[in-house]
Amino acid sequence: MRFRIERDALADAVAWTARSLPHRPSVPVLAGLLVETGPDGLTLSGFDYETSTRATLPAEVIDDGRVLVSGRLLAEIVKSLPNKPVELTLDGTKVALTCGASRFSLQTLPVEEYPQLPTMPSSSGTVKSDEFAQAVAQAGAAAGRDEMLPLLTGIRLEMEGSTISLMATDRFRASLRDVVWAPEQNDVTAHALVPARVLTDTAKSLVSGSDVTIAIATGDTGDGLIGFEGTVGTGTRRTTTRLLEGDFPRVRQLFATQGETVAYVATQSLVEAVRRVSLVAERNTPVRLTFSDGSLLLEAGSGDEAQASESIEATIEGPDISIGFNPSYLLEGLSVMQEPVVHLAFTQHTKPAALAGVPEVGAVPDFAFRYLIMPVRLQS
Amino acid sequence: MEPSILHADLDSFYASVEQRDDPALRGRPVLVGGGVVLAASYEAKAHGISTPMNVRHALHRCPDAIVVPPRFEAYVEASRRVFEVFHDTTPVVEGISIDEAFLDVSGLRRLRGPAVHVAAELRRHVRERVGLPITVGVARTKFLAKVASGAGKPDGLLVVEPDDEQRFLHSLPVQKLWGVGPVTGEALNARGLRTVGQVAAIDEPDLVAMIGKAAGRHLHALANLRDPRPVVTGQRRGSMGAQHALGRGPHGWDVVDGTLLALVDRVTGRMRAAGRTGATVTVRVRLDDFRRLSRARTLPTPTDRTETVLTTARELLGDLRPLLEREGVTLVGVSVGNLDDHGAQLELPLGDDSNPRAAAGAALDDVLDAVRGKFGRAAVERAVQLGRHAPSEAPHLPD
Repeated sequence: MRFRIERDALADAVAWTARSLPHRPSVPVLAGLLVETGPDGLTLSGFDYETSTRATLPAEVIDDGRVLVSGRLLAEIVKSLPNKPVELTLDGTKVALTCGASRFSLQTLPVEEYPQLPTMPSSSGTVKSDEFAQAVAQAGAAAGRDEMLPLLTGIRLEMEGSTISLMATDRFRASLRDVVWAPEQNDVTAHALVPARVLTDTAKSLVSGSDVTIAIATGDTGDGLIGFEGTVGTGTRRTTTRLLEGDFPRVRQLFATQGETVAYVATQSLVEAVRRVSLVAERNTPVRLTFSDGSLLLEAGSGDEAQASESIEATIEGPDISIGFNPSYLLEGLSVMQEPVVHLAFTQHTKPAALAGVPEVGAVPDFAFRYLIMPVRLQS
Repeated sequence: MEPSILHADLDSFYASVEQRDDPALRGRPVLVGGGVVLAASYEAKAHGISTPMNVRHALHRCPDAIVVPPRFEAYVEASRRVFEVFHDTTPVVEGISIDEAFLDVSGLRRLRGPAVHVAAELRRHVRERVGLPITVGVARTKFLAKVASGAGKPDGLLVVEPDDEQRFLHSLPVQKLWGVGPVTGEALNARGLRTVGQVAAIDEPDLVAMIGKAAGRHLHALANLRDPRPVVTGQRRGSMGAQHALGRGPHGWDVVDGTLLALVDRVTGRMRAAGRTGATVTVRVRLDDFRRLSRARTLPTPTDRTETVLTTARELLGDLRPLLEREGVTLVGVSVGNLDDHGAQLELPLGDDSNPRAAAGAALDDVLDAVRGKFGRAAVERAVQLGRHAPSEAPHLPD
């Protein structure tokens, strides 16, 4: 195996592929990054039995072949190389890497022990890469991080005709985001529960191309698998990951209720005010929001310790309400809203509150993205 | 520094209320309780009756004693009025239970005179306004004040002057030290240590070697007059609990379990009403021979849900079942500790398919709280509780 390639193209592809390598591999070969050359150019692959990554990019291939080297080491080396052509050559059990005046010799790992990468399922459809990345970031804001509840660490994708709905919940919050896509079959219905961390990383890394191909293989034959493919520069990037199993809670029905009190607040003012007053809220203690008389009063802190309050302008329809929230739940939802004004809908202080971005005060939300937060029961 | 901490402790509280309200009981031995003596008047205590003790056993010792059933509402009302007197005396009141509190009167020196005067006034006011006898201990520290009130009973006032502290404390039996129960007391006695003075003479490392690190350090400090704890007001409760005496058995397991169920219902209802959640569930039992046992478990996340607490409490009680069925059980208690100091983060009504019981339980809690809030506790009951006396609610300080 022998090839030559520009340093930047190689560095990007190696870094992207190596990111999914396990920090503590269950078997030593999984720390390896598979380097293959052939008629398609250069292919780099990584795998941890859950998630596989594969980058294909044009290169000047001199000899076909395949070799396994330490992914972390290769990524470190390539990152620090000067901006000159890089040449990689397999020489016995070592890989020689040269770039300008730099030379490295790397031990290879036993490539014959490397597991077979899952094959990418056939395409289910395509989605605009930037819209998809935004939708995933928004839905992912409510995803759980508690590994004890693996089901809730996923983002559920529901494909129904030309719409994909993405939803997540950690029991305290829920998100729902609809995005348009171009399915292979117009009457498609499918669903998949994808680990939120993998989906967020993947969607973010594919924004430079125009479209992302989504390929689902539901678990009829073995484990369910989902694949994503996009273009980066002159190459392609492909990720597959195993689907999470289990019955995801019925999140959609939570969004059905109508608010009795509706308030419009400038998104940025709300974010800044919550950030400020929550400085005095100790861990897990709430920020109290009181909507009354054309203003929103935010308060935090306990009687014995520091306290803070701030009042901001709000347009309120319906009865006054005072309600408590974990400030980070508020901030995480607000930080993924693009619109300048946030529409907040409440029923009672012990019932979920619905947040949605709108272009201006008085506008009806289009509900492309909705975020629900369960309040903290305030002590009397 | 002169003594300025008061420990005020009502004498034989339940029995005193009964004697106050029924002149026929005054001057006579009175036992409050059903199967077990909850309180005994001093006339009864003179016959060697203590709490808890079986009523039958007590009557054997004192055949003339009059047994009256408890009237918890009356005790709660009396306690409320006594605490009013406390708060009229000083703003710095730390309620310990329904019938005792610490008061810091150091700020009243110029206004009302020395602590001993304040204490005498306090006793007079409780007598005049509520009609109950109360004993007050006065000292520099909480621990000494509490020991002093114990030594000053009944209906007394005992001041421990600073230069007399050591003599007073060191003459006491070790069992008077806070934190010395039967087991530690036995361990100390076995090494020939009977008085606090003897414990004070032991080096801390040696004491630690005898009875363990925490207890050793704690006792060494107390015995050497070190007790820096201030009187704290408005401190939030660290746990909420309820218990119920079953009387002598044998009791079927359904009775024991039903009692636990009713207690959990009550405790979690109180928690939700106060907006508190807790993570540690403790089940306490008392055996037929008055030995006490407890089992506790800490949940991964704090809760105020009846179903969650009940499931844990049942498992804990279930672990004790063989023992309880063999030895007999006379009291069941449950408490939830590790209480959050802030409101509960509520969960979305996800209609969780993986745990439909929990989801239904959460909805049920809300409905039951609403019904009971409107129509009273007895308005709605679990079917298994039908035809059964709900365990009477022992009075507690406001949440």
